[in-house]
Amino acid sequence: MKHYRSLLFMPGNNPGMLASAGALGADAAIFDLEDAVARTEKDAARILVRNALTELRPEGIGVVVRINALDTPFWQDDIAEVVKGGPDFILQPKCTSPEDARTLIAAIEEREREYGAGRKPIRLLTLLETAAGIENAFAIASAHPKLAGMQLGAEDLTLELGAKRTPGGEEILYARTRLIMACKAAGVKSLDTPYPYVTDLEGLEKDAAFSAQLGFDGKTVISPQHVAAVNRAFTPPEEQLRWARRVMAVARKAEEEGKGAVSLDGMMIDLPIIKRAQLILSRAGEAPVSFTEDTAHA
Amino acid sequence: MAQTIPTPESSLGKPLRATAGSLESNDIFIALAPGEPGGNEITLESIVMKQFGPAILRVIEESLAEHDLTGVTVTAQDKGALDCTIRARMEAAIRRYKEARS
Repeated sequence: MKHYRSLLFMPGNNPGMLASAGALGADAAIFDLEDAVARTEKDAARILVRNALTELRPEGIGVVVRINALDTPFWQDDIAEVVKGGPDFILQPKCTSPEDARTLIAAIEEREREYGAGRKPIRLLTLLETAAGIENAFAIASAHPKLAGMQLGAEDLTLELGAKRTPGGEEILYARTRLIMACKAAGVKSLDTPYPYVTDLEGLEKDAAFSAQLGFDGKTVISPQHVAAVNRAFTPPEEQLRWARRVMAVARKAEEEGKGAVSLDGMMIDLPIIKRAQLILSRAGEAPVSFTEDTAHA
Repeated sequence: MAQTIPTPESSLGKPLRATAGSLESNDIFIALAPGEPGGNEITLESIVMKQFGPAILRVIEESLAEHDLTGVTVTAQDKGALDCTIRARMEAAIRRYKEARS
């Protein structure tokens, strides 16, 4: 599976956007049934998204559907329609506990059984956007083998905290690092919050670079204009790629020759170095690492 | 004494007309209302009427048949919707229409 550097939200009730999902450069599209859809249009949007999944599915990118939260009257109807379309992932907003994640996974599995075998199992991404969600981050990340990753949602979180949302993002540093730590410890993907200032492309560049520096695996975006900068930030530079290819070549050769230890440019090539090289290559799409392969729940 | 003016409302006050979709590009606006029993009447406006008018009408007719709905008038204003969008908007309008009449 391609590494997801950028995941682009698009309104679930906008047929033009859904049809263009594969042409906007993002590594994954998130068809949104939650905030982007008015309450009176939830029914129509979930039907449209279901049809888009089955008839307009973009090729070569991941497809995610954000449903409505468990504390709304919409989520079960969302699941009933969306599972028919078989997205790669369902994104659960306002996940606050491992029980929330398990409740949703059970509901998805029930629908999958109802609609028949032969479908690729849908996996879960959770959106942590409450103080409780952040505090329970590791428990949520480890909640179930079908949980593939977690995303930070900074807008709702800062609202709850009473914090001022700023382009620099100092107010979300703790939440970002807490989420990354939990994801790494549980072996699931960590996805950063979108940069909310749509026209501030300079601020976006800095925010995306900082996000990659912190260790996020990818970043969600709310505008097609943001995709290219986020992809750049999460693509290793050519110099790193060359180093990673050399490391892997040396490591493979050592393995074939039964050598226990090798060095490159004076550096001992041990397992952590090999893993770093693999990570760099996977981020460039050269050695794809899927959510499944990455998930340490086996 | 005021004269009662007929409106498309049921005796329970629920609207008998149901709509779905929008007039945005790539979408279609569908309005369903009660019509003559036994058949369906469809009125279509489309920005691609010449090229796709018959195909759009066929999708609308198929949707009505699939959901076993007769005796309605359908007013459709198409802004270049794909077939799967037309089917989705028809399904939403039909569900809302049936809900309003139940």
